[in-house]
Amino acid sequence: MRLLALALHRLLWFAPTLLGLLVVTFVISRVIPADPVALVAGETATPAQVEALRRDLGYDRPLPVQFVDYVARLGRGDMGTSLFTRRPIVEDLAHRLPATIELTVVAMIVSVLVGIPLGVLSALWRNSLLDHALRVITVSGLAIASFWLGIMLQLLFAMRLGWTPLNGRLPGFPPQDLTGFYLIDAALTWDWGTFGAALQHLALPAATLAFPALATLVRFTRAGVLDVMQSNFALYERAMGLPRPLIVWKYILRSALTSTVTQIGLLFGILLAGAVVTEAVFDWPGIGTYAVNSILRSDYNAVMGFTVWAGVIFIVVNLLVDVAHTLVDPRERAS
Amino acid sequence: MTAAWFVLTRLARDRSALIGLVLIALLVLSAVLAPVLATHPDDVFELHPSERLKGPSGAHWLGTDRMGADVYSRLLFGARITILIGIIAVGASLAIGVPIGLVAGYHHGWVSDLLMRVSDIFLAVPQVVLAIAIAQTLGPSLPNVILALSVTYWPWFARVVYAETRALQKEVFVESTAALGASPWRLTVLHVLPNIASPIIVRASIGMGFTILTAAALGFLGLGPPPPTPEWGRTIAESREFLPDAWWYATAPGLAIFLTVMGFNLLGDGLRDVLDPRLRRSGPARDG
Repeated sequence: MRLLALALHRLLWFAPTLLGLLVVTFVISRVIPADPVALVAGETATPAQVEALRRDLGYDRPLPVQFVDYVARLGRGDMGTSLFTRRPIVEDLAHRLPATIELTVVAMIVSVLVGIPLGVLSALWRNSLLDHALRVITVSGLAIASFWLGIMLQLLFAMRLGWTPLNGRLPGFPPQDLTGFYLIDAALTWDWGTFGAALQHLALPAATLAFPALATLVRFTRAGVLDVMQSNFALYERAMGLPRPLIVWKYILRSALTSTVTQIGLLFGILLAGAVVTEAVFDWPGIGTYAVNSILRSDYNAVMGFTVWAGVIFIVVNLLVDVAHTLVDPRERAS
Repeated sequence: MTAAWFVLTRLARDRSALIGLVLIALLVLSAVLAPVLATHPDDVFELHPSERLKGPSGAHWLGTDRMGADVYSRLLFGARITILIGIIAVGASLAIGVPIGLVAGYHHGWVSDLLMRVSDIFLAVPQVVLAIAIAQTLGPSLPNVILALSVTYWPWFARVVYAETRALQKEVFVESTAALGASPWRLTVLHVLPNIASPIIVRASIGMGFTILTAAALGFLGLGPPPPTPEWGRTIAESREFLPDAWWYATAPGLAIFLTVMGFNLLGDGLRDVLDPRLRRSGPARDG
C-alpha cells in the first residue's frame, strides 16, 4: 500500500511537469514566432491560405484560449497534419516509434553488457595499462560528436571494408508485423535470415549510440567499485578468506551497482537524445529521422510534434525509473 | 591573481588537465590567428571549381572541399564560430542560471519552488530536443543557435547554484553574518557567491564542451549558421555525399570538434580536482 502511495506521489509530480513542458512548447511555437501560422502553413502558402488557416486553427483568438485548446487537442492525440506526408503527425510518429525503441534498447543492452564489466576490471586493475586505455576511451566517449562517429564507422566498416550495410533497417520486406520490433517479429516467426539481416543493420547505429553511454557506465562502475572496495564489509570478507572473484563479482558489484542503476535512467535520456542525430546519419526510420526530415522540409507542425513526443517519452521514462528505484532500494522506501 | 596562479600551477601538474589546457590554448590560438595561420585565408568565401575535392597535399594540408576551398583554412575560421557560440551561450546561461539559483537557494517558499520547477522542466527534456524546436522556430542563424543553447542550458547552473547555496546556509559563517545584520543581497553576493565559485567554474568548463557539441549537432542538422559559414557541424553534413572518396573532408572537422570538447572536459575534470578536493574525478561529467 505504501508503495502505491509512493507511486501516486511521483505521479503527482508528473502532472505539473507535463503541463510545464506543454507551456514551454506552446510558448516556443505560438508566442515567440512573429507569425506562427506562416510557419505552420509552410513556405509555399499564399497569404490568403495563411489567413484561412489562421481562422481554421483558431490562432486569431486570445493566447490563454489558444493554450487551453492546445492542451485539449494534444490530450485527444491531435498534433495537426504533416505538410509533407499529409497524414496526422501522431500516426507518423507512432508508426516510427518501434524503430527508435529497438535501436535505443539494443544500444542500452550493448553499453550495459560491455560497460559494467569493463568498469569493474578498470577498478580492480587500477592504474594498469587497461585502466589507462579505458580512461582514454571514456574521455573520448564524452567528447565525440555522435553524428561524426557514425559517419566514420560508415566510412570504415560499410564503405571500405564492406562488413556491414551502409544504412537503413532492412533491405527487403519487413517481417510479419506483430510488435513492430524487427528482431522480435523475426524471432517469433522463426525467420532467422531476416533476424540476421536486421542485426547487421543494427550493428553500426547501435555502436554509435552506445559509445557515449558506455563511456559513462565504465566511469560510474569504476568509481562505485573503488568506493565499495574500501568499505569495511569488503575488508571483512577478504579477512574471512572468501575467494576474490566471489567478493568482487557478487558482493562488491551488487552494492556498487545501486548507483549505476539510477544512472541507467539518465543513460536512457542520453540515448534518446543521441538517437536524433544517429538515426539521421544511418537513415534509420525512427522518430529522429522524421524530426530531421521535417526540419529540412520546414514542416513546422511535425517538428513541434516530435518535441512534445520526445519530451513526454522522457518524462515518462524518468517517472518509471524513479518508481523502479524506489522499489529496488530499500533505503528510498524508508524515507 | 595569486589564487589564479595557484590553480594554474596545480593544473599544470595534472597530466590530463594540462592536455586540456593545451588543447584549449590551441583552439584559442587558431581562432585569434586564423587570418595569419590560414594558408588560403580567402577561401571562406571564394570558389575554385578547378580545385574541387583534392586530397591532402603540400598546397592544401587537409585537402579541399566541394567548392575547392582549403579545408584547413576553413577549419581555423570555424574555430572562431565555435568559441563565439561556446562563450556567449555559456555566459548567457551563467547570467540567467546563477541569479535564479541564488534566489531559489536563499529564499524558502513558493518563489523558490516555482523557479526550481521551471528549471526541472528544462532538465527533464534533452537539451538538443528543445534546442531543435527553438532553432527551427527562429530560423537558422548564428544568433539563434546561441539563443537556443542559452535558453536550454541555464537550468544546469541554476541547479548547481541552488544545491550549493542550500548546503552553505547551514554553515556557521553564513548564519553569523546574517545575525550581524547583513542584508540578503549582501550575504548572497559577497559571502555565498565566492564560496560556490568552484562548482560554477567546473560546470562552466564542462558546459563549454557540451554546448559546443550540441551546437555542432544543430549545425549538422541544418539549424546552424547558413553557408558559406565554415561552421564545423555543417561542414560534416556537406561532406557526406562525397564519401568514401573525399575522406579528409569529413574527418578533419570532426577531429576538431572532438579535440575541442575533450579539451574542455579534461580541464573541467582537472579543475574539479584542484578546486574541490571533496569531489573526485570519477563523478559525472556528461549532461542529459
